[in-house]
Amino acid sequence: MSDKKDLKGADIDVINQYTGEKWYYTDTVKEHFFKPRNLLLDAPDESNFDANGMVGSPACGDMMNMWMKVDPKTEKIKDLKWKTFGCGSAIAATSMYSVMLTEEGGMTIESALKVKPQHIMMRLGGLPNRKIHCSVLADKAFQKTVNDYFRKTDQHDRIITDGARVVDERLNITDKDIEEAVLEGAQTLEEVQKKLKVGVGMSEESVTDIEQLIRFYAEKYYG
Amino acid sequence: MSKETEIKRRVYLDHAAATPMDLRVKEAMDSYMTDEYGNAGGLYREGRRAKDGIDHARKSLARILSCRPDEVVFTSGGTEGDVLAIIGTARANKDRGSHIVTTTIEHQAVLESCEALEKEGFEVTYVDVEPNGVVDPKKIESALRDDTILVSVMYANNEIGTIQPIRNIAKILKDRKIIFHTDACQASEYLDLDVQKLGVDLLVLNGSKVYGPKGVGAVFVRNGTRVRPILFGGAQEGKRRAGTENVPGIVGLGRALEIADEMKVREGARLSELRDYLISRITKEIKRTILNGDAKERLPNNVNISILDIEGEATLLYLDNYGIACSTGSACTSESLDPSHVILALGKPYEHAHASIRFTLGRGTKKEDLDYLMEYLPGVVTTLRKISPITVEEDAKGMSHPEAFAGENMRVKANSKNYK
Repeated sequence: MSDKKDLKGADIDVINQYTGEKWYYTDTVKEHFFKPRNLLLDAPDESNFDANGMVGSPACGDMMNMWMKVDPKTEKIKDLKWKTFGCGSAIAATSMYSVMLTEEGGMTIESALKVKPQHIMMRLGGLPNRKIHCSVLADKAFQKTVNDYFRKTDQHDRIITDGARVVDERLNITDKDIEEAVLEGAQTLEEVQKKLKVGVGMSEESVTDIEQLIRFYAEKYYG
Repeated sequence: MSKETEIKRRVYLDHAAATPMDLRVKEAMDSYMTDEYGNAGGLYREGRRAKDGIDHARKSLARILSCRPDEVVFTSGGTEGDVLAIIGTARANKDRGSHIVTTTIEHQAVLESCEALEKEGFEVTYVDVEPNGVVDPKKIESALRDDTILVSVMYANNEIGTIQPIRNIAKILKDRKIIFHTDACQASEYLDLDVQKLGVDLLVLNGSKVYGPKGVGAVFVRNGTRVRPILFGGAQEGKRRAGTENVPGIVGLGRALEIADEMKVREGARLSELRDYLISRITKEIKRTILNGDAKERLPNNVNISILDIEGEATLLYLDNYGIACSTGSACTSESLDPSHVILALGKPYEHAHASIRFTLGRGTKKEDLDYLMEYLPGVVTTLRKISPITVEEDAKGMSHPEAFAGENMRVKANSKNYK
């Protein structure tokens, strides 16, 4: 999807010390890397945001934390702030992504979810092939933030569950949610419920399933 | 940043990756690229002249290494040298045993060679280093078995510069008839290369780390050490390394090592002082910075520091914009997208590797260059820390936010040293 034409003649910024492979960073990438947009520079004031999500990149270990403010009537994204422990491409890609989602009055959550890493790449004029995963991080953080929003606003049916196994159909709780809660320190059903902001309403079957998963992940990470 | 065009100054602090060629080396090589172009295998005058160049270099190396000229094998560089020393030796000595001992902080050329041998049926023990990045000879000793044929421990580490106790390990191996290999690519500019004092059977050198040409290196192979070639063809280098000799490269390597040998003591003392100056400034002026590797048992030119909470590639690119060249152990810049195996081997979480920055000084480095770096580094760190969502503990053993990786099969594992 990346526009190869834009890459020709671009500056060669970094040459890998071991392989001599050239990394092409476009002027747009550099612009967003050196002057990132929509950064959250201070500690987040929770009252300014409706939802939050933090993800890590399994490919390289980069981390991304994202905060969102939504107009509840139009579901347009009014504000999208972020922080990252990430490389040049992650910074540039997330900066561009936050611009795309909030420009011209903001996208609706529904259209924002359709923005794919390829679209960010196009706006950036391309990224080196092996840096593409860096732009995926912004997209992943957003999906998690949106799920947090859906959960907080009691719209469990809208929670995005792809790639994960749903263990509670009604509340759309997945094995991934349980894993995350356990990694955050939850060890009992009550603690997991608290983390997932669901007090009641789990079915009896899902409770059994969830308790099993808690034991599984507790054993995996702390056993 | 518009400043990019304004800043013309370049401060090159990545001498562990490559060194500029010394002009005396270039001068020595010049005529072998144009006038003395003969194949050193030829019996006519052009061939003899080329062979003279190689012989001269071989003698220089023999003098510096305190070995015989026929114990020097020229190669295409450090990687080929390590592969020949590990794979060639293991295959040639398989009748004596199939066990190899090495450390967790070796260069990839050694580690990958060992992994390749494991697929051929060899067994390899990877000995952990101490938290200061130096291996304990006792741990090497306890890893030895009756069928151990080869031990490989680098002389000095390429990432954190720690110097390994080669002489002490050699003493342990001496009576056991175990072949001892050391990768001396990073050490050769600063440390004593006398193989008799070191007690090694195989030692690997590389031209591009000693202000010589790239694409050339050498292996010392002690007389009597069986090594099977890894390249097949002609009978060059005593049938140990096939292929037309890289005459200008070999001449350049010889000259480069002669110069390094002359400068060693003086340059080592000068750079140690600058190294300590930079370490002290960074760790005092920037909070939450940790020196990786022992402060004393390290190469005179190596500064490797984890600047917590910020990612190394971002730091590197900001510094490059100010004209400063350095490197990082961050996963983002590595081919494999794995964080530095050396910093992980110190028992630190991957975030310390991800945040590590290496400055390696060289012959052209002056105090003003380090002061120039310190004009910009603290500001870059402040900028990147402002955008970082994490605060890593200085004595952390596990990652700070494992929950961020939920559902990812935890390639970066929590509460464990296993990060794959």
